[in-house]
Amino acid sequence: MNAVPSFTPAQGLPARDPARSFQDMILNLHDFWSAQGCVILQPYDMRMGAGTFHTATTLRALGPEPWNAAFVQPCRRPTDGRYGENPNRLQHYYQYQVILKPSPPDIQELYLKSLSAIGIDPLAHDIRFVEDDWESPTLGAWGLGWEVWCDGMEVTQFTYFQQMGGFDCKPVAGELTYGLERLAMYIQGVDNVYDLAFNAAGVSYGEVFLENERQMSKWNFEVADTVALFDLFTKAEAECRNALSAGVPIAAYEQAVEASHVFNLLQARGVISVQERASYMGRVRDLARSSCEAYAQKMTPEWEAKYPGWVL
Amino acid sequence: MSDFLLELRCEEIPARMQAGARAELEKLFRRELDAAGVAVGELTIWSTPRRLALIVRGLPLATEAVSEEAKGPPEGAPDAAIDGFCRKAGVERAALELRDIKGRMTYFAVIEQPGRAMADVLAAAIPAIIRDFSWPKSMRWGAASIATESLRWVRPLSGIVALLDGEVVPCEVGGIASGRETAGHRFHHEGLITIGNADDYAEKLRACHVIVDHEERAAIIRNGAAQAAADAGLTLVADEGLVIENAGLTEWPVPLLGRFDEAFLDVPPEVIQLTARVNQKYFVATRAPAQAGASGSGAQSTEVPACAGTHILANAFICTANIDAIDPAVVVDGNRKVLAARLSDARFFWEQDQKKTLAEHAKGLSRITFHEKLGTVADKVDRVAKLARWLVESDIVTPAQAGVSGRSARTPEMPASAGMTKNELANMAEQAARLCKADLVTEMVGEFPELQGLMGGYYAAKEGLPQEVAAAIRDHYKPVGQGDDVPTAPVTVAVSLADKLDTLVGFFAIDERPTGSKDPFALRRAALAIIELILSAKVTTSFRELISEDYRLHALGLVDRHPSLASDPLDGGFLSELLSPSVLVNGPAYLSRSLEIWALRDKPPLLSALLDEAGSPMWCPDQIRKTGGVRFEFVGFVDVVNAVNEYVFERLRERSRREGIRPDLIDALLPKGVRIDNRKIKIELPGLEPSQRHLTRKFFYFPNVRLQDDVSRVVVLAEALQAFVTTEDGANLLAGYKRAANILKKENYPPRDGEGDRPQGGGGDSAASAGIGGKSPPSAAAPLPPPRIGEGAALSYTPEPAEQALIDALAAAAPRAAEAVEAERFADAMAALATLRAPIDRFFEEVIVNADEADKRTARLALLARFRDAVHRVADFSRIEG
Repeated sequence: MNAVPSFTPAQGLPARDPARSFQDMILNLHDFWSAQGCVILQPYDMRMGAGTFHTATTLRALGPEPWNAAFVQPCRRPTDGRYGENPNRLQHYYQYQVILKPSPPDIQELYLKSLSAIGIDPLAHDIRFVEDDWESPTLGAWGLGWEVWCDGMEVTQFTYFQQMGGFDCKPVAGELTYGLERLAMYIQGVDNVYDLAFNAAGVSYGEVFLENERQMSKWNFEVADTVALFDLFTKAEAECRNALSAGVPIAAYEQAVEASHVFNLLQARGVISVQERASYMGRVRDLARSSCEAYAQKMTPEWEAKYPGWVL
Repeated sequence: MSDFLLELRCEEIPARMQAGARAELEKLFRRELDAAGVAVGELTIWSTPRRLALIVRGLPLATEAVSEEAKGPPEGAPDAAIDGFCRKAGVERAALELRDIKGRMTYFAVIEQPGRAMADVLAAAIPAIIRDFSWPKSMRWGAASIATESLRWVRPLSGIVALLDGEVVPCEVGGIASGRETAGHRFHHEGLITIGNADDYAEKLRACHVIVDHEERAAIIRNGAAQAAADAGLTLVADEGLVIENAGLTEWPVPLLGRFDEAFLDVPPEVIQLTARVNQKYFVATRAPAQAGASGSGAQSTEVPACAGTHILANAFICTANIDAIDPAVVVDGNRKVLAARLSDARFFWEQDQKKTLAEHAKGLSRITFHEKLGTVADKVDRVAKLARWLVESDIVTPAQAGVSGRSARTPEMPASAGMTKNELANMAEQAARLCKADLVTEMVGEFPELQGLMGGYYAAKEGLPQEVAAAIRDHYKPVGQGDDVPTAPVTVAVSLADKLDTLVGFFAIDERPTGSKDPFALRRAALAIIELILSAKVTTSFRELISEDYRLHALGLVDRHPSLASDPLDGGFLSELLSPSVLVNGPAYLSRSLEIWALRDKPPLLSALLDEAGSPMWCPDQIRKTGGVRFEFVGFVDVVNAVNEYVFERLRERSRREGIRPDLIDALLPKGVRIDNRKIKIELPGLEPSQRHLTRKFFYFPNVRLQDDVSRVVVLAEALQAFVTTEDGANLLAGYKRAANILKKENYPPRDGEGDRPQGGGGDSAASAGIGGKSPPSAAAPLPPPRIGEGAALSYTPEPAEQALIDALAAAAPRAAEAVEAERFADAMAALATLRAPIDRFFEEVIVNADEADKRTARLALLARFRDAVHRVADFSRIEG
């Protein structure tokens, strides 16, 4: 493995090149959405299966207050692990999430401009909005929208949230989820995710993550102590209830996210039978929905005070 | 006369919803203008992913002024009443007119409704159309969505163009005001376009890279894709659904051909086509077989012939871009990569699945629930396998099915025309049935459920299973709808028929019958498929017999799944005896009823409540469920057999209408009210307490009639009947029959076996003896009607010539018709009936039935009754219209 080049402070910073650097692509997205008034958040510091689980998306989609945020969220999907041997499947990858509440009238145009900002020319590439509605029974959430295609490849999930935690979204938030590795592979013209240039200084995605994929795939599928995992699940569930009864629904929600991930790990370990699966999913759903519900209930007096006439 | 243009612009409308949206727009527009009293002629409606457009020409400038009159109180009525009337009608009292109504002067108000300007009508109509528009799924959006009542649309609505003769029709919905500006192509045209009027709309959009007419876009895709294939020396696999979908995804469609790695052609062509179509919306193409050798691929799986006919799938795809790309090769290459990734997944599944045999895959079916009350898919497979074997062993499905009519025409040892013995056929049918669902647990079918059956067929062929078995696995879901191929290969017929019967009977047994609006288990389709299979393979059998056998298998399966049933202390060999084939000769009814009794055994109060009344339906699922704890969850045998039979024959009527057979002719062959029934019979069961012994006396048996429930026979007979009643002889005979029947009815002359309950076409008395196992005691038989005076007796007078002629004709024709029906020579039966036409006509012309002499009258009525009965042996003519 090549040594990472030693860092030399740049005199005049080189122009960013999203076509040749994964991180430049992310930085350009940050710049773009920052300029649109979004708060640029850092990833949620917990293991989760999708950016939608970030509280900046789920919990902030509730209530009347405007909210515009953008962030990268590392996603963990243990069953998608391929020991680093598959060119496009990873158990750990990045999503770029943008949440705009209420959804602005020019949200599609903003999105397309963000593609231009990372070097996708819509007259060179065929960009399409193809029906794809989104539903997360776990979160009691659904929305309508599209998957955005770039030359036939799905690069973004575009959703207008209609419900979250079983509550109508009032107002509706627009959510954009970019698949960063896919987009980068497309922009950089590589067929294998590990060949992506992570930066413009010669570090590849593989150098950063290949060994991680090998070890984590092995751990997910073969090593993780299932007794401990079952125990973790039970404890997260109990802690969620504990937090709920103490009136701290954000903490409860975190435990629901934890339980959800532990369940995914158990799935990867193959120790949950088909019959049990539905029951576990029901338990996770129950935690997540109860947490969202408790959060909405707790915040409602404040929301109603700020927005007279608004009701949950 | 005015021209009107309406464009509703929004974010991308799902392709699948656009046709419905066009229809909805037309419906609502017509509704609104109808309500305003404006007649609307031809409409033009277009759609693109981003807009719905409507153009209507020749609208009047204003609606007609309408003058309405309202009648008020009479002259001299109290002032309050008159004033009230004026207020209601909106006129001054001075404007009222007095008119003479039947001698009474009465006030009238003439209300003039002035015409409304068309622009006003439209300005009111547009918001109403938008608000009432019904989408399969709609949403809220934007700042306004802070209120739940905000406007809903399929995706955010962004603009309204409303121009009447070039003038904006001003209106506003959900914060969007109408105007004359719209957007062109999303990428080829920046900024807004100004529309002048309905005439320049389409062309202005075209100049901005939008082809607004969906038909035109479809044609571009259809022809362009075919051309792209032809240019590459290939033939497009036409797919009109894809054409429409791509037209719904583009405003400026550009078909582009690309190539994928030839190595993927190892995968079955259907998989490639489906991957391309479902995931990517691409067309595929074929090449002439001559090229196959030249290309050196030869990897195509051909054990099970593909549907592509003589052509072979080429390594090409045609995608439809929505832009005139700077470099189309870039777009094609991007699409190629995506398809390659999809195809590698498919190939991975294809290879992975073949690491196990179908039999090994099939073990996984025990983890899939078919229905909680009907067990797992593995349970279903077991029943289907047994039923498929039974169908062969009972000579219902035979090796030489096609072209052979009637079981009677064969002996069980008859050699197979296809070189297959009955035994081989039975084995193959069972083997195919045992494997037919195995592909449901393969990776490929997990990914593409629509490949079920087909993949099983491929894997079976790869495994080296007999070709007949592979074909049966592949085709056993067929026919899946009207117009689909109907299998005729005997192995396939056995498996397909068994599979569908098992579904139909099973869901009826657990009381999940379809209703007019709800059919979640697609039972209607199953019933129609059963009919098609039976007719196409010329299966002749009592339909109730099929139902009965499957019910038996369901009951057996239920016991298997509930070991507690089998370990019942009552057992003592009782259960195994119950379920043994020898007992079942006596009919599944016995089994069913006994099982019910036995399951209920430990609930004596319930038992007496439900089972006491002789002859009444004893099984009452609702009551049982309410009390809980009863393990036998099936609807009773009799109800299921009757219900399934009626359901299937109702579908047969439906089909007949479609096929041009008059449903009344089907009805004439299937008199209402013939159902199997429960009657008492003496059978002692061991092990019951004396107090419960009476229960065992209840028993079901088929009434003493031969039931007409052979689907094939009913159809053939109905066709013959239709041919006959449309001839002159037929029509006249029918008229004669009706006249005779009316006279008999007026004279209160009862039909021989009860009106409408006549056994039809079954050879009459000779066949009317068998209850179940022939055991039904005479006392249980339906009482015979009283003997009739004069019937068959020598006449006490000399008959008139016309009377004698009818007697003679009947003596010849009646047995001939009955025999012909029995032998299934239906045309002969009709010919026999035809010989009665002239004599019955002459009889009515020359003979007075209501003669003064009682003996003549009685004898003539009896003669007419014999005539009626003879006709009835063929069909119940009273149910035939005309």
